[in-house]
Amino acid sequence: MTNLAIAANGLRKSYRDKDGDKVVLDGVDLAVPEGTIFSLLGPNGAGKTTTVQILSTLIRADGGQVQVAGYDLNRQADDVRGAIGVTGQYSAVDKLLTGEENLLLMADLKHLPKREGKRRAKELLEKFDLVEAGGKPAATYSGGMRRRLDLAMTLVGDPRLIFLDEPTTGLDPRSRRSMWGIVRDLVKNGVTIFLTTQYLEEADELADRIALLDHGRLIAEGTAEELKRLIPGGHIELTFADTHLLEAARHLVGAGTGAGAAAPEALTLQVPSDGSVGAVRELLALLDERSIDVAEMRVHTPDLDDVFLTLTGRQQKESLR
Amino acid sequence: MSTLTLAARDSSTMVRRQLRRLLRYPSMTVQLVVTPVILLLLFVYVFGGTLGDGLGGGPGGRDAYVNYVVPGILLMAAATAATGTAVMVATDMTEGIIARFRTMRISRASVLTGHVVGSVIQQLLGMAVLIGIALAIGFRPNATPVEWLAAAGLLTFFVVAITWLAVALGLKSPTPEAASNAPIPLVFLPFLGSGFVPTDSMPTVLRWFAEYQPLTPIMETVRGLLLGTPIGNSAAIATAWCAAIAAASYLWAKSTFNKA
Ligand SMILES: Nc1ncnc2c1ncn2[C@@H]1O[C@H](COP(=O)(O)OP(=O)(O)OP(=O)(O)O)[C@@H](O)[C@H]1O
Ligand SMILES: [Mg+2]
Repeated sequence: MTNLAIAANGLRKSYRDKDGDKVVLDGVDLAVPEGTIFSLLGPNGAGKTTTVQILSTLIRADGGQVQVAGYDLNRQADDVRGAIGVTGQYSAVDKLLTGEENLLLMADLKHLPKREGKRRAKELLEKFDLVEAGGKPAATYSGGMRRRLDLAMTLVGDPRLIFLDEPTTGLDPRSRRSMWGIVRDLVKNGVTIFLTTQYLEEADELADRIALLDHGRLIAEGTAEELKRLIPGGHIELTFADTHLLEAARHLVGAGTGAGAAAPEALTLQVPSDGSVGAVRELLALLDERSIDVAEMRVHTPDLDDVFLTLTGRQQKESLR
Repeated sequence: MSTLTLAARDSSTMVRRQLRRLLRYPSMTVQLVVTPVILLLLFVYVFGGTLGDGLGGGPGGRDAYVNYVVPGILLMAAATAATGTAVMVATDMTEGIIARFRTMRISRASVLTGHVVGSVIQQLLGMAVLIGIALAIGFRPNATPVEWLAAAGLLTFFVVAITWLAVALGLKSPTPEAASNAPIPLVFLPFLGSGFVPTDSMPTVLRWFAEYQPLTPIMETVRGLLLGTPIGNSAAIATAWCAAIAAASYLWAKSTFNKA
């Protein structure tokens, strides 16, 4: 069995406000193996940030057993802190200091030797495309630059476990992609990533495992593939020039895969499929063999959006009842 | 490395952070230096002629008042600076960087120590300028080097104490705006003591308060050391007050910071 970077059991947290206790986390269980990317997905107010804050020792849970990086969260908080790096949802840079000074500050606090700290700061400025901005106060940075500096600061001490709370919110597509590249590199070197995001594409792209958090409970967990299988609807839609071809194709596919919903008026046929390249190629090859010309083709894969909306919507209806 | 060495190292890192911030945004420091200077000039040139005549003994007038008022202005400068420190701490606490510090394995008090040392340096600088200007406009202390040193020591001790208090007040404040109000009573304390007029000219209740509040023995001691007026047991009381305020405020600030 691989070691778990995070093991949480029955994590609970509520906030007291004027109309009584508000339950934010209602018994969350997490198991994140070392060296993997785990993504916590959820709508606004689901409790993602609260989870990150608890796991990173920023706030205390009301209940639950939690081990982070092999240490007990309550009794060995300082050891946990020594092992983790955190990039929170909100910018955590010193705006009055320059980018380079911020990195050197982290190096000093991580007790790196002076020379080593300088080297690491330089390396990170390069890696995060901040060389030019390095000498300017962080207050003058754009949102994306500040976000990059934020992550660079988290990496100074080479933590083994990194929390990223919505790391790409507010980034343009290019910066988002480069952030993904950096995250992948980190994992290649054995780092564990705990990532929250609102972008399902991001979870799909990066995460080994995804958990869906809604109203303080995990409502689904698994790989992106597993989650997509939870809801039906993946298919390839074929359009033909005439009913003759449509019928021929329906026969062929019907015999081959067992199902195929035809809509004769529209001359289209829906073939259930996971939408992968292999499946598409196979289907087209089959049709080609029988010389059935396809006029148009569309692939519809259930994406995590479907999963997300279906599952969180269902939850909502249940709670309304 | 031992816990203590690590704490010292983190503190020095945080002090450097704070000094760098202060250097980059000097307007706050400039204000801290300029405000007491204006007060000094105001008291000496506007009120000084009259107030000096009321001091009793000696020739009176403006020249006598310069000598009398300097310790009061010095303490008032420290109290004004405390307001600035409280605001700065409260503002800093709203910054994400503090949350980052909390998730790191560092000595927690070091964040606060950085603020305290930065502010103390800032204030001592301000006091030096203030004394320089006072000397230029007729302040005539007769202190020996040892007495100067003792006065500087006591003032530094007081500044450290009141800065820890300001840090605690800043941490307790929900917003930076609230933090700017909390230390205001401190600014008035020199008036309700022997800072601007001798306490025996005050009505009974006020005089009683003036004689027993912490700032009076401090001002009396500084005055005695610099100008040779009688000190009596003021020095001991002043030191005790500073120690008590510093210790209580340090513990208060530390526990507030750890709880949040
Ligand atoms: N300090 C607090 N006091 C009271 N309630 C809080 C506090 N912090 C968070 N909450 C509540 O807890 C719930 C979960 O908040 P949290 O920030 O964890 O959500 P999130 O999933 O990160 O949302 P988002 O996607 O908007 O960042 C929200 O309803 C929020 O109002
Ligand atoms: Mg959040």
